[in-house]
Amino acid sequence: MAFLELDRVAKQFGAQTVVDDFSLAVGKGEFISFLGPSGCGKTTTLQMIAGFLDPTRGAIRLEDKDLAAIHPAKRGLGIVFQSYALFPHMTAAENVAFGLEMRNVSRAERAERVRAALAMVGLAGYEDRHPRRMSGGQQQRVALARALVIKPSVLLLDEPLSNLDAKLREEMQIELRQIQRTIGTTTILVTHDQNEAMSLSDRIVVMSQGKIEQIGTPQETYEKPASAFVSQFLGKTNDFAGTIDRTATPARLVAGSWNAPAPAGLSGPVTVSIRPERIGFGDVGLSAKIVTRIFQGNHWLFQCDSECGPAIVIRQNDGKTQPVEGETVRLAWRPEDMSVRGGVSA
Amino acid sequence: MSTAADERNARAPWALTAPALMLFVGVLLIPLAMTVMLSFHDWGQYKGIEPVFILKNWHEIATDPYYAEMFWRTFRIAILTTLLTALLGAPEAYILNRMSGRWKSIFLLVILGPLLISVVARTLGWALLFGGSNGLVNKLLMSAGVIRSPIPFMFTETGMVVALAHVMMPFMVLSVWAALQRLDPQIENAAMSLGAGPITIIRRIIMPQIMPGVLSGAIIVFSLSASAFATPAIIGGRRLKVAATLAYDEFLNTLNWPLGAAVATLLLVALVLIVVGSNALIERRYAEVFR
Ligand SMILES: Nc1ncnc2c1ncn2[C@@H]1O[C@H](COP(=O)(O)OP(=O)(O)OP(=O)(O)O)[C@@H](O)[C@H]1O
Ligand SMILES: [Mg+2]
Repeated sequence: MAFLELDRVAKQFGAQTVVDDFSLAVGKGEFISFLGPSGCGKTTTLQMIAGFLDPTRGAIRLEDKDLAAIHPAKRGLGIVFQSYALFPHMTAAENVAFGLEMRNVSRAERAERVRAALAMVGLAGYEDRHPRRMSGGQQQRVALARALVIKPSVLLLDEPLSNLDAKLREEMQIELRQIQRTIGTTTILVTHDQNEAMSLSDRIVVMSQGKIEQIGTPQETYEKPASAFVSQFLGKTNDFAGTIDRTATPARLVAGSWNAPAPAGLSGPVTVSIRPERIGFGDVGLSAKIVTRIFQGNHWLFQCDSECGPAIVIRQNDGKTQPVEGETVRLAWRPEDMSVRGGVSA
Repeated sequence: MSTAADERNARAPWALTAPALMLFVGVLLIPLAMTVMLSFHDWGQYKGIEPVFILKNWHEIATDPYYAEMFWRTFRIAILTTLLTALLGAPEAYILNRMSGRWKSIFLLVILGPLLISVVARTLGWALLFGGSNGLVNKLLMSAGVIRSPIPFMFTETGMVVALAHVMMPFMVLSVWAALQRLDPQIENAAMSLGAGPITIIRRIIMPQIMPGVLSGAIIVFSLSASAFATPAIIGGRRLKVAATLAYDEFLNTLNWPLGAAVATLLLVALVLIVVGSNALIERRYAEVFR
């Protein structure tokens, strides 16, 4: 049974449909990311779960209770806002204590839980600081402590790391994941950073223009993208036009001078999608000319001009000699590394 | 070469500010100094102003309870006006801020509109409504039998406070509104998600954050009310005087310029002390909200 369930949720602002037909079942303790480009409706979806916006259609259920009947103040969700929304007139400890105060937790217990929450996010000793006197990372951790201290049933994070510099962001990602693992709170993270979504979540919901493109584990979404949008959005990818030739026996999938046994049940023109790090240089395959070769430390990045259009190849820097610019090469890959889209059922 | 350029650079700011500086010195500092000096001169019914240095005027103000009463009334009216504008203006600004796009601009115009109309016209409006038994509201209420005698408004402190509060309201609303603009747009949602109800949100989250705005609005309203002339002159006339109308009368009716100058100087000094003092207090108290 799903812990948190979104059932065909939609949101319209006037005539504009911002979220459409959004269905998702979140298990208890799961870490889910909403990933998508700016303006695709991630925040809107999150705010509907939080109760700050009402869905135009559909229902949201938490432990089988319809949330529409429950006021946002009574939902007991922990939320970290993109801007943190800390109370600037209160100290870090007062900020964290606010939710407990609203729940009439006794003064002694409150002090103990605030102390523990701040210690958990690594802010012991910062109790009496005001938010304006803290760094971005520290403020973000106060916001996290404030959301976690009320022991929320679901933690909603709206791009909480987007204001931090790269190094701090990485540290916070690790910290966030550790905290979530230890206390096991069901978490939904909104982000437009694919690395963040991949390194943190159990499952990723890839969104585009208010619709779900794919729901799956980071590995699934990366390796078996359900649409061109997903494969383009999650890292670099090569899309080659190919055809399935059913007149040959056995049937073959052909892209330029590369070919492989055809996947069952498809025919006609298809798109072959393959990650750059899965392409190797071989003796047979798609013929291509290397346009530029870029050294990136632990790997080489090749931009090639192939029979089927531009292609990117990434090779590990394993000490072997690599082709140089201007060289003509053959690109090859294993059929199980590609995904094939389009075509008609044969 | 560089020293010449440096010198020119150092002189440039002075040269650029010179016109404004000259205006400031010419129309503000010099007349002010002359007024202060004037307050130490002597005056007699027949001899006029005598440019000597005596403390007669200051002594009279300090000892005659008439002046104490006058200043006490001035500040009482200013304080009540400030309280009234804060009580009405802060919620007004909050409601205005929560309105959506088009209504917000319409009502902002409604609130700021009065600033475009002369203070005299606005105060005369109150006089037309409540002025004795000829006032419109009084007439209506009396003919409807709600009241027997006209509501006392003209020549009363209540009337003066009401009319002043009306004139000063935009300053308070604008000042609170500016403070509201600095709030995080998600701050109310954040409080709500932690379990706070609407009253708690206003009392614990919104009020403390807009307090600096209310207080700076209060300083503006207080100093403008305490030194206001037109409104007290129309509502209070010569029957109910405040410091500003008193100074005016000494200058233009009694022709005792030195005494008028002393009253004006005292009002200025008192106001400057109050404003600077409370400003310092506010800044210290709200250091973390301001920064
Ligand atoms: N209150 C509103 N009224 C009208 N349109 C809105 C409103 N809020 C959001 N939108 C529109 O809905 C769409 C989705 O907005 P949303 O904030 O959910 O995007 P997002 O995925 O969170 O983007 P970002 O990554 O930039 O935060 C946008 O096109 C936005 O213009
Ligand atoms: Mg957003």
